[in-house]
Amino acid sequence: MKILVCISKTPDTTAKIAFTDSNTKFDTNGVQWIINPSDEWYALVRAVELKEKDPSTVLHLISVGQADTDPIIRKALALGGDEAIRVNADSHDSFYIASQIAAVAKEGGYDLVFTGKETIDYNGSSIGGMVAELLDQPYIALATKFELNGVQASISREIEGGEEVAEVTLPLVLSASKGLAEQRIPNMKGIMGARTKPLKVVEPVAVDTLTTISSFGLPPAKAGVKLVDADNVDELVRLLHEEAKAI
Amino acid sequence: MSVLIFIDHAEEQIKKASLEAISYGVKIAQQTGTTAEGIVLGNLTDDLAVLGKYGVQKIHHAADANLDHLDAQQYTAAIAQLAQSINADVIVFSNNTTGKAIAPRLSAKLKAGLVSGAVALPDTTNGFTVKKNVFSGKAFANITITTPVKIIALSPNAYKIEEVGGSTELVTYTPTLAASKVKVISSTKASGEIPLAEAEIVVSGGRGLKGPENWGIVEDLAKVLHAGLACSRPVADAHWRPHNEHVGQTGGAIAPNLYIAIGISGAIQHLAGVNRSKVIVVINKDAEAPFFKAADYGIVGDAFEVVPKLTAAINKLKGA
Repeated sequence: MKILVCISKTPDTTAKIAFTDSNTKFDTNGVQWIINPSDEWYALVRAVELKEKDPSTVLHLISVGQADTDPIIRKALALGGDEAIRVNADSHDSFYIASQIAAVAKEGGYDLVFTGKETIDYNGSSIGGMVAELLDQPYIALATKFELNGVQASISREIEGGEEVAEVTLPLVLSASKGLAEQRIPNMKGIMGARTKPLKVVEPVAVDTLTTISSFGLPPAKAGVKLVDADNVDELVRLLHEEAKAI
Repeated sequence: MSVLIFIDHAEEQIKKASLEAISYGVKIAQQTGTTAEGIVLGNLTDDLAVLGKYGVQKIHHAADANLDHLDAQQYTAAIAQLAQSINADVIVFSNNTTGKAIAPRLSAKLKAGLVSGAVALPDTTNGFTVKKNVFSGKAFANITITTPVKIIALSPNAYKIEEVGGSTELVTYTPTLAASKVKVISSTKASGEIPLAEAEIVVSGGRGLKGPENWGIVEDLAKVLHAGLACSRPVADAHWRPHNEHVGQTGGAIAPNLYIAIGISGAIQHLAGVNRSKVIVVINKDAEAPFFKAADYGIVGDAFEVVPKLTAAINKLKGA
């Protein structure tokens, strides 16, 4: 069994969001970087669990980014995985990134490719689906449970209005949502071991991007809260009805 | 040249998010002087002819039992074949769970640029630029699609449904499909009666409610408001409420007309998922809770006293 987990570097969830260069670039000044939460908490941890159950499993991590991504990759390796591959490129176009991952996945012949359900920076929810199409494999988006029986996977996923269980024969690509696994904290052995695990750097394949970011902006700030006395709930209802016209 | 709208359905009915996608696609067709056509995959009981009133001129329906369950690979193939045969240059999805499974695949298949989570109509004055939320709602980005065919997945609750009048021509569509590799074994309906992403009003509870046994007051309030139910991350992590109710940066992002937060302090990660709500009401006994800074209306008080009173007051209003 060979598993590839896609890891993205994202700003910390508490990071202040600001832009530079006439609002065309994200201001990375003072930003702390983390592993994208759904990549780490759900996709990676579930893959690590599968390897713990079957130690013959080969588990590789992949990230598309420049050298400043390496600390994030080492952090991910501290949770598990045999080695990591970094595609030495930087792009905000999901098709470009997915094409890089698909090229590595094709060459490596993986049975499973896991991604998180979305990154918390560009919120595209696109990489998994694009990789699946480029590999011509089934894609299960928003998976909340994953069980493996030989080459047969049983997967629960979010669908409109509920959840369903599907059976799919490997190989496949999935995007991981809450429920797939529980967040883990890396232990000292993992952190020490991660330092010496192989981190291969490969150059990107030539791909045209499909989109560009023209500009960024911040939503207008709220005017300020109107406080209503706890003993005067009728007043809140009046405001919501007459002023906000929300009820 | 045409706009192709993917019309999703669940429980054999056309849902609100699909009507929003239709209105959005129809508007783009009007703006660019082309026709708006729809595609429906799988069987459903809803009458498709009524969709004419939203301005969609033609609906291609593949009533194939193989398409009754979502298989992203097959759906993508079916949509791609039609898009190519009718020369669609804009393809519109709702950015709901179905759209998230298919739109990226279609983008890769057609080499057509995708903007997922769009919140406004495209600006076509200089190219084709679509506004979307980034950083989980803390900011927005204007994304320019540089390919001849464009794909947009519209955020739920971001575009108003409009009845423009008209009729639609229904045609049978028979895509060429390979055997499905996804076998659906069972499905269950989500616990909430109103899908969270589509709800006009959302009532949400946090740790301040102290335990799952206290959710009755939240549910009562949601009931009188016909609201969806949501919760904060600690609540979902503690399994007080199901994961699908978790809203915030790492849960779902929602944009209802009215969001009522009860016993939620308003950490930045929570705000990221709900700050596109038009009106925010915060009920918290801690006057220093950061959520008040992001709110339109607030009550500093004990949720266990305030919420039942609020439910009663709304009942009174609705009865009047």
